[in-house]
Order: sequence, then structure tokens, then C-alpha cells
Amino acid sequence: MIPPGILSQIFVGLSRTTILFIVASGLSLILGVLRIPNVAHGSLYMIGAFTAFTVTKIFGEGQAAFWMALIIAPLFVALISLIAERGMFQFLYEREHLMLLLLTFAFSLVFGDLVKLVWGGEYKSVPVPAIFQGFVPLFGGLPFPIYNIFLLVAGPVVAVLLWLLTNKTKIGKIARAAAVDREMVGAVGINVSWVFAIVFVIGCLLAGLGGVLVAPTVSVTLGMDHNLIIEAFLIVIMGGLGNIWGAMLGALIFGITQSLGILVWPQFGIVFPYLAVVVVLLFRPTGLLKSTW
Amino acid sequence: MRKNTLLFLIAGIILLLLFPVFLPRFYVYLLSIILLYGLLATSLNIVLGYGGIFQFHHAVFYGVGAYGTALMLTKTAMPAILAFIVGPLVASALGFILGIICIRLSKLYFGMLQISLGSLVWAIVYRWYSFTGGDDGIHGIPIPEMLSSYIGAYYYTLIITAVCIFLIFKIINSPFGSALQGIRDNPVRSEMIGINVKRHQILALTIAGFFAGVAGSLFVVVDNTVFPDMLFWTLSLEILIMCLLGGWFSFMGPMLGAGVIVALRTFVSTYTVYWALVLGVLMIFVIFFLPNGILGYFEERFKKVFMGSEIKE
Repeated sequence: MIPPGILSQIFVGLSRTTILFIVASGLSLILGVLRIPNVAHGSLYMIGAFTAFTVTKIFGEGQAAFWMALIIAPLFVALISLIAERGMFQFLYEREHLMLLLLTFAFSLVFGDLVKLVWGGEYKSVPVPAIFQGFVPLFGGLPFPIYNIFLLVAGPVVAVLLWLLTNKTKIGKIARAAAVDREMVGAVGINVSWVFAIVFVIGCLLAGLGGVLVAPTVSVTLGMDHNLIIEAFLIVIMGGLGNIWGAMLGALIFGITQSLGILVWPQFGIVFPYLAVVVVLLFRPTGLLKSTW
Repeated sequence: MRKNTLLFLIAGIILLLLFPVFLPRFYVYLLSIILLYGLLATSLNIVLGYGGIFQFHHAVFYGVGAYGTALMLTKTAMPAILAFIVGPLVASALGFILGIICIRLSKLYFGMLQISLGSLVWAIVYRWYSFTGGDDGIHGIPIPEMLSSYIGAYYYTLIITAVCIFLIFKIINSPFGSALQGIRDNPVRSEMIGINVKRHQILALTIAGFFAGVAGSLFVVVDNTVFPDMLFWTLSLEILIMCLLGGWFSFMGPMLGAGVIVALRTFVSTYTVYWALVLGVLMIFVIFFLPNGILGYFEERFKKVFMGSEIKE
């Protein structure tokens, strides 16, 4: 049997990767439909975390603060992304993808400095909401933080909601059709431009949501976007571009290899998820699950 | 026309050779940095502009070249000249390995995998304290006597950059370069007429890695330090912007872009800490209004003027 200590460690690691999954699923959605490798995704995640800090500060220590942050911060991020998409991105869809990548990079630079301008460079911390404070004994009596259990539940919930959105609603079906053949969808009289905008905003909203969820577990700081975006890229590549369940599978593999790696070899634990990606791609060059394109 | 270009070239070279005589130390240093960044951007353009390969993480090869040179200089007693050769060779070997892993994927996928695997190299360099110095990097690298003064470093950078740019020019205009551009424009047709697409692309990636490594070794000479940020992906995207700004369908475009961005960064940074904001806004303008870069814009203009006068006649 696996010793409870290791099991506990793995599950703490996995609860972190649920956040990665939520961010990566947004990235994957945008990649799958709009084919933009959105480098600014990490910045939106950071803005989400900083907004959560401000909102919890305004609402004080009360029970409502975290829930307000959970609603307001993603919507704020969504608003920013809507402005960016309508103001800039929509004019570039016909151009090369490289231009779109560079535009998202430009935005990540601008967002990074704007965050510095608004919130300053110090570390910020967001309190764990009152009902999720404390530990429960799990895995042979070892204490396990309740907030991490909440995260472990939140990931699959987001996955199911996203799956329902893309597979069971009309807008999701249109979006998937537009991912395959944009012109044809336009030809049957659908305003593709707005479909793209909605998909972009939903993807960015997920980045903001990830930012809020991560805020109580880490210190919110500048530069938290830089590592995250690479990790999200890895997860999306591993799972298959545009596939939500692929993003979930990728996040799982990422989380498990990382927490095991840290146990085996603390200094280079960070290397193992990358090796996993290389191995996966050697056997399945387009990711584990079917990508949308 | 041909004569004019030659005259410009000679005038430019003489000017570059004379700069250290009348410019203060800081500007000579800045010029060296511009030259090596120009070489770096031009090396990226081999695969980006001429090969049509989305090399998103080019800085890795620059950083590995620099670290290879620095480690050879600090940890071994080999002659320095060897260090300046080994660094770029390690970088090109890495280019070859990453090329083999990534080349099976199509455009955007290639770029994303490349940026991720490049970050792996960054993570290793960042964590491996005992070997690479971790996040501190390596400082005070012993440089051979001849190159240790800022003027010596400048002339060394100038000569090596000029030689490398000449070599890249020759490579681009060789049959190999033509095949590469053919692959960029139509991979399927190139495959049909018997060009081994993957082999050409991997070779191009290896060559680009080599010249990026040379740029890295030049940085060691000019600055005497290496640090992990040289391999970070934000620098790669900055190099991409240099290519875009100068114009990646013009041979000297990336060089020009590097000059503009490095100079701008230096002067803006003296006034404000928000350089990234300035760069971001500048990029947005370039993407929307100068999609072919500065040189591309002028080439287009001149072509129009030229063609217009021809029609009149």
C-alpha cells in the first residue's frame, strides 16, 4: 500500500492542479475555437487573484467576502477580455497566428505593468474563507486542509459545466462548428464574430476564476503569471488542443508527476512533468485525446 | 544600385569601426549589445522569416550558448578560444534535439511545445545551483586579456557579428536557403519535388541554434555575466518583436529591430520602471500599422514609387 503521507501529499498536489486545470481549460477553449495561443491568459489569472484580494479587503473578514470575490473577480476579468477582444483581437483573425500570439504577448506586458501600477509590487495574501478553514483527518489520520477538498470538488464541477456548455447548448455547438469551418458557419447566417467574442470571454473568465481560487493558497504577487502560463501550455498540449477532457487528463498527469517528482528528487521535481510531456508526445504527437483541429 | 549598396556598406563598416574613438564608454557598450542582439534576431529569422517555423523560444539557444561559454571559462582550464566554440556548438546540439522532438508537429503546436521544452531547460538552469549558479547566475567570468576592455569586447563583437551575418546571408542565398523558403511557401509541393522537408527544417533549426549560441558567447565577452533570465520565454518573445518590428521578410530587418528595441529600452528605462508597458503599447501599434516591419514598409513604399515612375514612362 501507498503510505498515507505520500497519499496526502499527492492529493494536496492534485488540488493545486485543479486550479491549473481550470486555467488550462480556458486556454484550451480559446485555442480550440479561435486558435490563439493566449499568452495573456496568465496575466488575466494574476488580475483575477489581485482583484480577489481587493474584493475580500472591501468586504472584510465576513463570510460573504470570498463568495463575492468568486463572483466579481472573474466577471471583472471577463470585462477586460471583452474590451480587448472587441477593441483589438477581432481585427486580426484573418491574419497570421503569429501576429495574434504577439498581440497577446503585448497584452501580457501591458497587463503586468498595469497590475504593478495599481496594486504595487508587494506580496498580498487572501484569507481562506471561514467555512473552509481548518483540517480534517484523512489518509490514516493525517490532517488534510478543507480548502483543498473544496478545490478538488471545484475542478470537476467546472469541467462538467464547460462540457455541458460546449456540447449541450446552441452557442457551444456553433462555437465547435466555427472551430472547424469558420466561413461555413458565417455562410449560414450566424454572426461568427460575436461567437468568437463569447468564447474568448468565457475562456478568460476561467483564467480569472483560477486566479481567485488560487489566491488563498499562495501569496499573490507579480510574476505569478509567468510560470503558470507555461504549465497551462504543457497541459493543453498533452491533452490535445481544444479538448476539455484532454485538459483534465493533462492536468492530472501534470499534478501526479510533479508531486511524485518532488518526493523522489526535491531539487528537480519540476522537471518530471516536462519529461511526461515529451514521453506523451513521442507516442501521440497531437496529444492524448482528440484535438479539435 | 549595386554600387550604392556597396558604398553604403563600406561607409557603415568604417563608421562602426570608428565609433569607439569618439563615443563614450556607455555608448560603445550599448552598441555591442545591439550588435549581439541583432545577430540573435537574425539567427531567429533564419527559421522564422525564411523557414516559416514558429520558433517561439529562441532565447534558450542564446542562453545555453552563453552558459556553455561561461562554464567552460570558469570551470575548466581549457584555452578560451575553445570556450567560444563549445558554447555555440552546445546550443546547436540543443537546437538539433529540440528540433527532432518538435518538428513532427504542425505550426502552432510546434511553437507551443518548443516554448514548453525551452522552459524545461530554463528550469534546470534555474535549479541546478551547484553547476549553473541557480538564480544568481555566474558573475565575473574570466575573459582573455585582449577582450576584457570594453573596446576590445566591442571590436570582437563587431567582427564576429559581421562574419556571422555574412555567413547567414550566404546560407540564405544558397540552394539550401532556397529550399527552405520553398518549404515555407508550400511544404506539400516541396515534398513532391523531392525535398526532404523535415531534414531541411531540422538543419535550419540547428544552424539557427548555433548562431544564437554565438550571440550568447558574445554576451559573455561584453558583460562578463550570465543569468537564468537569458533563457526565460519573455526574452524569446522580445526577440520575436525585434524581427517583427524590423521586418522579417527583409534580411537586415531583425538587426534594425534589435537596434531600435535595445536603444529604446535603455533610454526609456532611465525615465520609468514601466518599460514593459511602453514595449507592449509599441508592439500593438506595430502589429496593427506596420505588419511588415519598418524595413518592409520602406521597401514597399520604394517599390511603389519605382513602379509608379516606370508606368509613367
